[in-house]
Amino acid sequence: MAEKVLVYIDHHQGEVVGASWEALSAAQQVAGAFSGGVTALIVGDGVRALAEQAIAHGAVDAVVRESVDLKEFRAEPYSDVVSAVLKDTGAQVFVLPTTGRTRELAAMVAIDLETGVTTEAIALEVEGEAVVATRPIYAGKLLAREVCRQRRPQIITVRTRAFPRPAPDPSRTGKIDAAAASPWPSATTVLGYRASEAGVSLTDASVIVSGGRGVSNNGRLTPPPEITDEKQQEIWRAQQGFELIRQLAATLGAAVGASRAAVDAGYIPYAHQVGQTGKVVSPDLYIACGISGAIQHLAGMRTSKTIVAINRDPEAPIFKVARFGIVGDLYDILPALTQAFREKLGK
Amino acid sequence: MNIAVCVKQTPDTAATVTVENGKVTWGDAPLVLNPWDEFAVEQALRTKEAHGGKVTAVSLGPEGAREALKQALAMGCDEAILIHDPSLAEADTLVASAVLAAALRRLESIDLAYFGRQAVDTDSGVTAAQVARRLGWPSLTLVAAVVAVDPQGRTIDVERMLEEGRQQVRAPLPAVVSVVKEIGEPRYPSFMGIRKASKAEIPIWSAADLGLSAPAPAVSWPAVLAPPRVDTQCEMITGDTPAHIAWRLVDRLLEEKVL
Amino acid sequence: MDFRLSEEHQMVQKMVRDFAQKEVAPIIKEWDRKQEMAPHILPRMAELGILGVCLPVSDGGQGFDYLSLGLVCEELEAVDTTLRVVMSVHMGLNSMALLQWGTDEQRRRFLVPQARGEKIAAFGLTEPGVGSDVAHLTSSARRDGEDYVLNGEKTWISLATKAHHVLWFARTDPEAADPHDGISAFILETDRPGVTRGDIHGKLGVRAGSTGWIHCQDVRVPASHRLGEEGEGFRIAMSCLDNGRYTVAAGATGLIRACLEASIRYARERHAFGRPIAGFQLIQQKIAVMVQSYEAARLLYLRAGAMKNAGLRNTRETSLAKWFATEASFAAASEAIQIHGAYGYSDEYDVERYLRNARGAMIYEGTSEIHQLMQAGYALGTRTDAALRCELPAYDPVRWRG
Repeated sequence: MAEKVLVYIDHHQGEVVGASWEALSAAQQVAGAFSGGVTALIVGDGVRALAEQAIAHGAVDAVVRESVDLKEFRAEPYSDVVSAVLKDTGAQVFVLPTTGRTRELAAMVAIDLETGVTTEAIALEVEGEAVVATRPIYAGKLLAREVCRQRRPQIITVRTRAFPRPAPDPSRTGKIDAAAASPWPSATTVLGYRASEAGVSLTDASVIVSGGRGVSNNGRLTPPPEITDEKQQEIWRAQQGFELIRQLAATLGAAVGASRAAVDAGYIPYAHQVGQTGKVVSPDLYIACGISGAIQHLAGMRTSKTIVAINRDPEAPIFKVARFGIVGDLYDILPALTQAFREKLGK
Repeated sequence: MNIAVCVKQTPDTAATVTVENGKVTWGDAPLVLNPWDEFAVEQALRTKEAHGGKVTAVSLGPEGAREALKQALAMGCDEAILIHDPSLAEADTLVASAVLAAALRRLESIDLAYFGRQAVDTDSGVTAAQVARRLGWPSLTLVAAVVAVDPQGRTIDVERMLEEGRQQVRAPLPAVVSVVKEIGEPRYPSFMGIRKASKAEIPIWSAADLGLSAPAPAVSWPAVLAPPRVDTQCEMITGDTPAHIAWRLVDRLLEEKVL
Repeated sequence: MDFRLSEEHQMVQKMVRDFAQKEVAPIIKEWDRKQEMAPHILPRMAELGILGVCLPVSDGGQGFDYLSLGLVCEELEAVDTTLRVVMSVHMGLNSMALLQWGTDEQRRRFLVPQARGEKIAAFGLTEPGVGSDVAHLTSSARRDGEDYVLNGEKTWISLATKAHHVLWFARTDPEAADPHDGISAFILETDRPGVTRGDIHGKLGVRAGSTGWIHCQDVRVPASHRLGEEGEGFRIAMSCLDNGRYTVAAGATGLIRACLEASIRYARERHAFGRPIAGFQLIQQKIAVMVQSYEAARLLYLRAGAMKNAGLRNTRETSLAKWFATEASFAAASEAIQIHGAYGYSDEYDVERYLRNARGAMIYEGTSEIHQLMQAGYALGTRTDAALRCELPAYDPVRWRG
């Protein structure tokens, strides 16, 4: 009954991990070469509703395997269950989103079924019966085309946001093959969770929001009356600006950077300085706010994949290296951006 | 405690990697101990310092991988083993995990096998979990902290770095642990370590020594290419209100798959 | 002739480079501005064993060879000259003298703790009125029973206020026919009564270091603290300089490399007239000259190190290496500033510090003029090196590593 192309729907505490829908659309791209549709595979406890969501998002049907022992994700029992389903259905292709959980799952299932696994695919093509995955290697400096020609199923995890997320259509229907699973209990016990420490390191961050001298430039802001010194007033205004930067950064899980001018002016500590005499960074996205784009700063961030510049001055050199530019007041744009990202990313 | 750490030799991350004649090349840039594996070696040494025993570094690679093993020895590992065999040259993770699992079995009574989270060349991040699966040992990946090891009670408590936060897990020994940066800054090799490393004899194990005969990889790499160059023509985002502009930018960023 | 570095040498190089880059480079500008030595530097160098790198394990050292000392100095000075100055005085001028001339007892008492970094060592030769003209130094050491009584002042002493042991040169025989023969060397502990010391500020360069003066007022040291025989002091001092100069030569080579790397980075980034300035020939010329200087300086100091390993007298070769590398490093720093333009003139970048640091090395451990006279003397046959009563031991890995 199930299709030959399956997608794994990852979930945590009753909620589907959004990237699973992207994996679904990736699976749909290649499904044409097999039997046509994609079967969603959901493992857990009390997850039938997730199967319905999967069908709404475009899966032809769904396989659900449940057990109270599967309530909390553990790699070993989940792999046991998934491997059994893949074997029974004679799956040809198995697509998963890439998360900490699914990487382990895909790894172990590949061993169980003695087949290959490819992680973080950003594109998929079909050559005959084989899916060729394009994936980054050497930290994205190069791309590799990878294929598992003989063994089946071909197991592929797809990189987050590399594939589109389909919109759900609740009117869609499909069969749900639900059954109980009886996995071997896992030897590992989860003792609990602890919130991660705040603060992303500048050099590790994949997104950085940075402020420059322009951050203090807001005549509309009135400092509290006890700050009488002009220099201190300027620093106070800059701190308001950096607060807006921090809020955007928090929404994006980004680190906060600064130009040398901002550091020298006392707006923010040296640890945040990006530039030839500060830190050299190479994030996926660099948002430069109120930064003119002097060469010393550029030297520290020029290899960023995408640069967005926000500056009041349309002639600012930063626009020459930016992919996207906004001529405007960062005091207006930043809160609007933070709001827009919050809504769009569902935070 | 009998501790193993599996390491790989990779090009330096500062190297400029390009494609020449369809193959990856890094020019004269040196080959180094995979940076993630340095963290694994560091944690292996800390576990030994806390509970006694010895650390053996193991690597599957070409003859030159000996240098990466020497680096591990210089940091303080007690022994090193190189697994080298022409039949393993095109190993994918299916083969590599079989080789490393066999090596860990051959080493006997290993309590803990440490790995770095991924190799900076292939970036697949699955080998540790695959070795665990083959051995039937618990797999503890993305470990940011080893909270406690109980050699008598045969358990290990760790904190794993997941998207949702830090997960605290307890598993029985023997176990496979792969670590992330948060585990702590790797130590420099000591001079004494360098002296020992340069004298060290590193035995070479072949596929036959591990009881494996020409294991076939499942995955192959028909091509390697440079990523397409993106032309930076700055696209100015405009709108009637800041909210319009913001939405336009967010849409464009998502369209271009920047985020 | 194999010019490649052994695996072991490469590991030593990498370890010291990583230490200097990670732990010193990020903070050095701040301390250079303060004109003080960062307090963690000496303890960390001690902890890592760098302060004893080329001394035998049986003397508390790390058992590496003299080439390793050179490589260590090159890596240290590539980050800042003050790190290498520590090696010059603690190891080159003082510890290696104890290795060469010390009795077993002196090695046990002084060299071992120095090798372990438990005690810091310095070199007291220069006086307010005496630099190049060592033979006419005025500090005195009067024999009195089982002791010598030291009087005098030394200045421009690196680590003056940090050192526990100072190799102190003084006149024991004012009546000697030849003043060269009237000088003796002493191991002086700085906590002896009558020793006072202070820091010197306002130097053009090596500001993140510690330079000072030491004064002895009727300081008593036991005769057992005399290094070598009475009247051997001048020859001992000159042999110390063979080792100190070696570290300076190696360090200056590292400085040239730092100038070269900074220049290449900047030339690729900075645009003028529509392209990176690395595309302009006059910039390329400056970089080419730096490459030439670096490679030549490196070969010269490595040769001197190889000769030390072999137990061969190397006064001429070390002098040549020091003279060449120090002059070349000053020129390289000056050109590096020129490549950086106005930014080179500011301490936002490192190159102005390289220039200020490089200038001192042309003066200490033998001025460039002294070296030129030495080289001419060797070439013209007016100067030869007489054998010494004690030579620096050749490197023997078995003996050094126990």
